[in-house]
Amino acid sequence: MEIINELRITFPSLSANESFARAAAAAFIAQLNPTYEEVADIKCAVSEAVTNAIVHGYRDTMGDIFMNIKLTADRTVRIEIRDRGCGIPDVTEAMKPLFTTDPENERSGMGFTVMENFMDKMKVISTVGKGTKVTMTKRLSPVSRMKG
Amino acid sequence: MSENEKILKSVTSGGTLIIYLDGDIDHHNARAVRQRIDSKMFIGRPRELVLDLSRVAFMDSSGLGLILGRYTKAAELGISFRVVNPNRQIRKILDLAGMERLVRIETTSAI
Repeated sequence: MEIINELRITFPSLSANESFARAAAAAFIAQLNPTYEEVADIKCAVSEAVTNAIVHGYRDTMGDIFMNIKLTADRTVRIEIRDRGCGIPDVTEAMKPLFTTDPENERSGMGFTVMENFMDKMKVISTVGKGTKVTMTKRLSPVSRMKG
Repeated sequence: MSENEKILKSVTSGGTLIIYLDGDIDHHNARAVRQRIDSKMFIGRPRELVLDLSRVAFMDSSGLGLILGRYTKAAELGISFRVVNPNRQIRKILDLAGMERLVRIETTSAI
C-alpha cells in the first residue's frame, strides 16, 4: 500500500519524553482525521511502547528511542518503536498479562496487553543485548463526510 | 505541568479523603503522585479514600499500577477505596485490566 507520509523521530530515553512521543504521534496522525477514540488508543499504545523502552530496554542506563510512523493511502497507521537496550529474553512470557519484572515500582504488567487491544496488530522482535522493536498497526475508520 | 500539580486538590469530609487528580497519569509522574497520595492517606487515616479522575485526560498502564497500589495500601490500613469519574478512554483501560473485580468504580457528579 502506498505510503502517503512518514515521521521519523529519535529521542533520549528520558521519562519526560513519554508525553512528547504520544503527543507527536497524535499530531502526526491528525492529518487522517481520526476519531477521538482512535487518537486516544494510539496515544496509549505509543505511551506503553516508549515506557517499556525506558523502563525495561534501558533499565539503569540511557539510550536512544527511535519512533517511525507511516501513514498509508488506505488509512492505516503503522508505528515502529525501537530501542538498542538490553532486549527481552522471553517475548512470549513478557507479553502475558500482568507479567512484570518491576513489581516494586508498581508496574502493572499490562503494557503489551494494552498495545495488543488498542491496536489492530502488534509484533515484538527482540534480541538480548541488542534491543527491541515493537511494530503496531491500526486501520482508521473511513472519514465521515458532512452533507449539504 | 510539574508532577506536584497532578494532584489538583484533596478534601476530607466525614472521614472520606477525596483526591482529585489532574492531567496525564503516566510512568513519568506516577511515582510522585503515589507518594503524595500515600502521604495524605497515612497521615490522615481516613475511613475511605476516593480518587476522582474527572480531570485526568490520559492514563496508561502506569495508572493501573498506581490504582492497584493504592487499593493494596488502603486495604492494609483498613481503609475502603474507590475510583470515580474516569473518562471513556480511562474506563476502557480499567475494564481491560478487570479492575472492577477489585476496586469500586463509579460515575458520580457529587461525592
